[in-house]
Amino acid sequence: MKRTDSEKPCVSRLALFLAFSRISLSSFGGAIFWTRRELIERQRWLTDREFVEVFTLGQLLPGPNVLNLTVIVGHRFAGWTGALAAVAGFLGWPCLVVIGMGILYQHYGALPQVQQMLTGMSSVAAGLLLATVIKLATVLPRTWWPWLFGALAFVGVGIMRWPLLWVMGALGPLAVFAAWKEQD
Amino acid sequence: MDRLDLGGLFFHFLILWFLAIGGPSTIFPDIHRYLVEAHQLLTNAQFAELYTLAQVAPGPNAMYVTLIGWHLAGWKGVAATTIPLLVPAITLTMLVGHLNERYPNARFGRVIRRGLMPITIGLVFASATILMRTVNHDWRGYLITFFTVAVVLRMRWNPLWLFGVGALAGIVGFV
Repeated sequence: MKRTDSEKPCVSRLALFLAFSRISLSSFGGAIFWTRRELIERQRWLTDREFVEVFTLGQLLPGPNVLNLTVIVGHRFAGWTGALAAVAGFLGWPCLVVIGMGILYQHYGALPQVQQMLTGMSSVAAGLLLATVIKLATVLPRTWWPWLFGALAFVGVGIMRWPLLWVMGALGPLAVFAAWKEQD
Repeated sequence: MDRLDLGGLFFHFLILWFLAIGGPSTIFPDIHRYLVEAHQLLTNAQFAELYTLAQVAPGPNAMYVTLIGWHLAGWKGVAATTIPLLVPAITLTMLVGHLNERYPNARFGRVIRRGLMPITIGLVFASATILMRTVNHDWRGYLITFFTVAVVLRMRWNPLWLFGVGALAGIVGFV
């Protein structure tokens, strides 16, 4: 049974910490699937509609979408300390895991077998990024300006290797202006 | 190799995270530029390896910055690279949440997102090409990369399986 939009469940900080710990520890390769499952289906803290709203808001902001979502959800149910508890659950464990990896890398990273393994895995990581680009590009409208801005950003940052701050400072306002003109 | 300036690292990452609309992959090229090209704190190969290792860890993809921080300077490095990640999430969420409640039908959010979307795509494409050029030395590396693209676009495998395939290809000496 799912909740309706109007009621807001009472959620403790410990529950927030535990729920976001579970999300973070089960999310390999993208957290959004597990976040949905935990927040809507398991805990029933959010309805489908609320989830979409919170997620869209998280996408609007810079940084990892799901981290923004974590802050919004934690804050909504238990204020600022709730947001901190949720973030601690969501980032704390992965932080410890990557530090463990860092220790192993410092000890064994130079071994030839480990080097070869990492090279093969890095080729996969590059493929995952490329696939993301292709998936994202399919939603672009079929007009010329988005492709122009995409190409300029690619050339400026990827080929000319200019600092991102300059490229975004120059292109960002123009691109938003173009999107705004198109709406009218 | 430059002497590591943790304060400089902190502020550089802080600015970057405010620009990371569209997620952590958009700032990957600039992190690479800063650490590998401008300050030579890491080699190309180390950068690619640390990035890849973090992709296998649970949690958000952005955790590669934490791993790089640890590699450079231990706990202080973790703080210098990870705290900036939290700042936009916490401050802007408050601001945007507030604006959203006050102007629920405002379209500026939608316009900003639609306008920046193409730039996001260009930046993620730049990340992909930088990583490809760094790690793929010949056609065999590119074969694994394009195999990954094909699998991701056609099937719903968990990426961990693909990393397993890549690791195996490396161990048997394919790449």
